[in-house]
Amino acid sequence: MKALMNRFLLPLLCMMFAGAMSASAAADLKAPDVLVKDVTNEVLEIVRTDKAIQAGDTKRVIELVDAKVLPHFDFRRMTMLAVGRDWRQATPDQQTRLTDAFRTLLVRTYSNALTQYRDQRIEFRPSRFTEADTRVQIRTEVIQAGAQPVGIDYMLEKSEQGWKVFDVIVAGVSLVTNYRSSFGQEISRGGIDGLIKSLEERNRTLAEQQGLQQGAGGRGA
Amino acid sequence: MRNVFRSSRAGVAAAALSAVLLTGCATTANPNDPLEGFNRAMFSFNDQVDKAVVKPAAQVYEAVLPSPVRTGVGNVFGNLGDPWIALNNMLQGKFAEGMSDLMRFALNSTWGLLGLLDIASEAGLPKHDEDLGQTLGRWGVGEGAYIVLPFFGPRTVRDTMALPADFMANEPFSIDHVATRNTVLGTRIVHGRSVLLGADHTLEEAALDRYAFVRDFYLEQRRYKVDDGRRERVYEDFDEQSAAPLGDEVDAAATAAVERLELVGIGELALERAAASPTHKN
Repeated sequence: MKALMNRFLLPLLCMMFAGAMSASAAADLKAPDVLVKDVTNEVLEIVRTDKAIQAGDTKRVIELVDAKVLPHFDFRRMTMLAVGRDWRQATPDQQTRLTDAFRTLLVRTYSNALTQYRDQRIEFRPSRFTEADTRVQIRTEVIQAGAQPVGIDYMLEKSEQGWKVFDVIVAGVSLVTNYRSSFGQEISRGGIDGLIKSLEERNRTLAEQQGLQQGAGGRGA
Repeated sequence: MRNVFRSSRAGVAAAALSAVLLTGCATTANPNDPLEGFNRAMFSFNDQVDKAVVKPAAQVYEAVLPSPVRTGVGNVFGNLGDPWIALNNMLQGKFAEGMSDLMRFALNSTWGLLGLLDIASEAGLPKHDEDLGQTLGRWGVGEGAYIVLPFFGPRTVRDTMALPADFMANEPFSIDHVATRNTVLGTRIVHGRSVLLGADHTLEEAALDRYAFVRDFYLEQRRYKVDDGRRERVYEDFDEQSAAPLGDEVDAAATAAVERLELVGIGELALERAAASPTHKN
């Protein structure tokens, strides 16, 4: 389907409506740097004013992240990058379960980090990219008094639904590929299913610790 | 190899050590971590020390001292470290950065009230992060095996070689009064730990295997620091079922190029680019 689209439809459209096409695409797709900036500012504004989140209300933060942040992430691709080579061996069903479990883990753990947000300032570094790029790196920095700035970079890829984040790099380290060797360990021990099981296990423990109800982990087919 | 273990006590110790090393090798043959068995043992030792002493002290420190005071403490230590950072920047040929570090030191030591205030950062001289380990890496010294040192934690062999100099340069060994010296050293450790109090919680939750998580984080971050983030990240595509021998990236690029040439032609493509380019800025 996608290949067909690329081969015939897109070039045809481009030739016929080159000018009009690029204008409407620009309107549909928010530029990646603008997208990152808008989402960051919106989320931090909410965190700054929400007393419950500041007090560490996990459920509330997860709701916020679910609504505002998750739509801009490509979790399937993130999971693929975290799993690496063994991804090819996984069945579509296993891939879905892996993606769900990994998404839940990332959301649970890193949403919690948001509750610790206080008076840090986020600075958006200039990013260089051209209209033709389909993959860009948007650089931001967390500035905190008395500490070195910490870089948070977002890798985004263009899709039909807009720009999607597929990797987050904190202080030079990819939060996604950092999982690869421990995922590989789990897979060599218990196969793909073993990895799914330990991810789901971890999510259950986290849910208990955070006083959340189970159910968010089992989304999808 | 076995002949070495004749004398009994050394033999037992060495055998125990090599047993740890061997089990490490047996469980996962990670090329990044040949000393995994030993490292895991050391990692849990450091963990015990942290749980028993360092972390509780850091928690008390954080609870007792108000945030501006802790910021001041961090600034003072940070300021004392700047000359060493300057030297390492210079050794790596980054003279502008080195000069900026010296300016920071001069500015913060005087107008910044002996380093209590980091006014240099506000004046547009950002704090850098350099050490001898990074300098050696920049000079082409390989990092060697990953090793977890008692008390100091994760290092590579190269960073271990640099550790004595890095440690001495940042520690107040010139203070003759022993009690003062120990207080300063203790405060430094406790302050350093207090900064990580939020992060260790996230680590606890996020990692399937904390040891592996910390190791991979450390190694990737050190490599990033050595080349100052200039290395291009490569993302492979594991979705393609037909893995070409050349690699997926190349394959995908080639297919895309063929498609474009077939249907659009180079002329149209160039026109398209030209039409698109004036519309964007940045």
